[in-house]
Amino acid sequence: MAPLLQLSGVSKRYGGVQANAGIDLSVDAGSIHAILGENGAGKSTLMKLIYGVERPDEGQVLWQGQAVTLSSPSDARRLGIGMVFQHFSLFETLSVVQNMALIVPGSKGELATRIRDLGAAFGLSVDPQAMVHALSVGERQRVEIIRCLLLNPALLILDEPTSVLPPQSVALLFDTLRALRAKGMAILFISHKLEEIRELCDTATILRQGRVMARLDPRQGTAHDLATLMIGRPMPPPVHPTPHGLGEERLALSNLNFANDDPFGVSLKDVSLAVRGGEILGIAGISGNGQQELAALISGEIALTSNAKAVTFMGQPVGDLGAAARRHRGLAFVPEDRLGRGAVPDMSLADNALLTAHGRGLVKNGFINRKLERAFTADCIARFDVRTSGPQAEAGSLSGGNLQKFIMGREMMLDPKVLLVAQPTWGVDIGAAADIRQRLVAMRNAGAAIVVISEEIDELFEICDRLQVLHKGHLSPSVDVAATSVEQIGTYMIGAAA
Amino acid sequence: MTILAFILAGTLAAATPLLLAALGELIAERAGVLNLGLEGMMALGAAVGFVVAYTTHSHVLGFAAASVAGIALSLVFATLALGFMANQVAAGLAIGVLGLGLSSLIGKPLESQTLDAPGKLAIPVLADLPVIGPLFEQDVVVYLTFGLAVVIWAVLNHSKLGLIIRAVGENPHAARAIGFRVLRIRLAAVAFGGAMAGMAGAYASTIYTPLWADGMIAGRGWIAVALVVFGTWAAGRIVFGALLFGALSLGGLIAQAAGVALPSQLLASLPYAVTIVMLAVISSNRRRMRLNTVASLGQPFAG
Repeated sequence: MAPLLQLSGVSKRYGGVQANAGIDLSVDAGSIHAILGENGAGKSTLMKLIYGVERPDEGQVLWQGQAVTLSSPSDARRLGIGMVFQHFSLFETLSVVQNMALIVPGSKGELATRIRDLGAAFGLSVDPQAMVHALSVGERQRVEIIRCLLLNPALLILDEPTSVLPPQSVALLFDTLRALRAKGMAILFISHKLEEIRELCDTATILRQGRVMARLDPRQGTAHDLATLMIGRPMPPPVHPTPHGLGEERLALSNLNFANDDPFGVSLKDVSLAVRGGEILGIAGISGNGQQELAALISGEIALTSNAKAVTFMGQPVGDLGAAARRHRGLAFVPEDRLGRGAVPDMSLADNALLTAHGRGLVKNGFINRKLERAFTADCIARFDVRTSGPQAEAGSLSGGNLQKFIMGREMMLDPKVLLVAQPTWGVDIGAAADIRQRLVAMRNAGAAIVVISEEIDELFEICDRLQVLHKGHLSPSVDVAATSVEQIGTYMIGAAA
Repeated sequence: MTILAFILAGTLAAATPLLLAALGELIAERAGVLNLGLEGMMALGAAVGFVVAYTTHSHVLGFAAASVAGIALSLVFATLALGFMANQVAAGLAIGVLGLGLSSLIGKPLESQTLDAPGKLAIPVLADLPVIGPLFEQDVVVYLTFGLAVVIWAVLNHSKLGLIIRAVGENPHAARAIGFRVLRIRLAAVAFGGAMAGMAGAYASTIYTPLWADGMIAGRGWIAVALVVFGTWAAGRIVFGALLFGALSLGGLIAQAAGVALPSQLLASLPYAVTIVMLAVISSNRRRMRLNTVASLGQPFAG
């Protein structure tokens, strides 16, 4: 019998970038097929080609043995292909059932009943009348999956579905996917998480730089073997910090309350934390539980005019100070979005360096000293191994990993007393991520106080001394990394702990 | 006729041209397109509608021609804003100026000519009610316009078409990913807005004040844009704003007639100022603003 979906020699180019080159792929009914690759390996492009969002430049797509042309997602859906996007394609101001009604025929009453039935059958419970903006990330993913299932697809594509889930929800999702496989559905599972793929998938296709590197059974061989195929060299070793003496308390939040007047935002309730010189405090949790608000309260983007004492820096109350004043006292901040907040995409690296390093003699009497600015930038590029044409390169032209290294370098060169980093390795390739983690640990060893806000539990366990978990605006008590487990942190992440 | 009866009778008609234009703009903005050319589209519709109604002695043909003119001008705007992804603010302003110029040109030969206004239609029973009776003795376009406001509210909130329009305005990328043709939907929404603006102009020039005078739209297109934004993209609040403006402009006329010692220019400008202030107060509710704001409004989309 012909495979359900077969691709032969599929290629796609964007400008000068060969996103996919001569991809062959074959997916059978009743199987879970992994597409494994680093950021930028061409996974998302391949899925867009299969789902009809983009059209291939070359190559052929066969569906149940017949050649097909997919020119839009509705074509793909008509054939029986459903897709769950990484950045969900849901509409926040609409209710769950309205989101469904956009592409699924039927009255709202019928849809609501079918949503509940599917939820019961596959462990995907969600309230059909809820507004999407009020749902957690895990619930939104369930909504996306249900929306696909309502159309009875033969093939379901999931793009990095676990990157947004706490560990417990990952287990639930896998149960759902196994149940769907047992019903004969084919599933394409895109991920860069090796252990998950070994646990769930029957077949894996490994992509690197837009090409197929290998096709194998992931249950054979180790995660280490898969990683080597995926990144083309052995996995960099982890950099666990060794315990050492701590300095004085540098940053503290005590019983901080923040009522957010943005209906899509999160309010923080009774948040307390303290970080001392020479340690890394990790803030774990799924994005959207108050991370942005917490970062803004620490950085000074949100100043508390009435409660200066809620935030102290080097023992001094700073809660009422703005971001510039706090930076002046020795706080440095690397925000989660590199383009737009961490750097201005249309400005050169040198000008971007100036934005936070202007206090270091780069500006005299209101005039920029271009020579010093260039020297500072060149120094940052050299010391932090930023691959770029030089200080005059536009920030927007750098790859995610290189720009992140540049921004981290710029902030580290300010010798901050406290460094706040949000999502240090989001969308950064494995090599650059390992490099960034090493530098954070080196800075800790040199005596800086560091706060890392991250969704990647493995990363936090690798570099942090202590962890606190943010869930729905509440911050858990601090636990020593050595004395806790991924399971315990996962329990905090879904708010199940006492 | 008492002052109250005069205001009640006139408010609906004064609100009608604003409401027609604002409802069209509401659809365009809900789909994510900011059309600042509304004033020009109304002016063009007013001139074309007047010329056609004058020469054919048919108000229906006047309205039809005005809506076609509004669509044509909105398609020029769409070509720039959607086709070439031009900045919507700049493109809208330019089209607005073009519309005003065309309006003067087309209307010039008929300056100061007048038309017969169509008769009013009293709704039996309701029109005989005490106090509010005058509300129910209006021309047919007034009834149609307020009916249309209800239809547009229902479409936006309770139909699949409305869901699609809102989805495209909130997140065009997601809408495209699930298979909607974003630019086509936006084009249709802009064209609808153009047709409505054209008819709004025709109402002003052939029914409300059936006399051609250059510049007769007098900023009502801008008020319509403001109604949509300050009405937080909700049909009900837009109707409220239009009625408020209508009532205030009649109040100004009465005050003038009664010899209030204020310069007439100041009285004439009051409805504009008060409407904007009132709506700004209404829309200062941040929660409502955030939930209703069209997230992608004014942003070009490459599709």
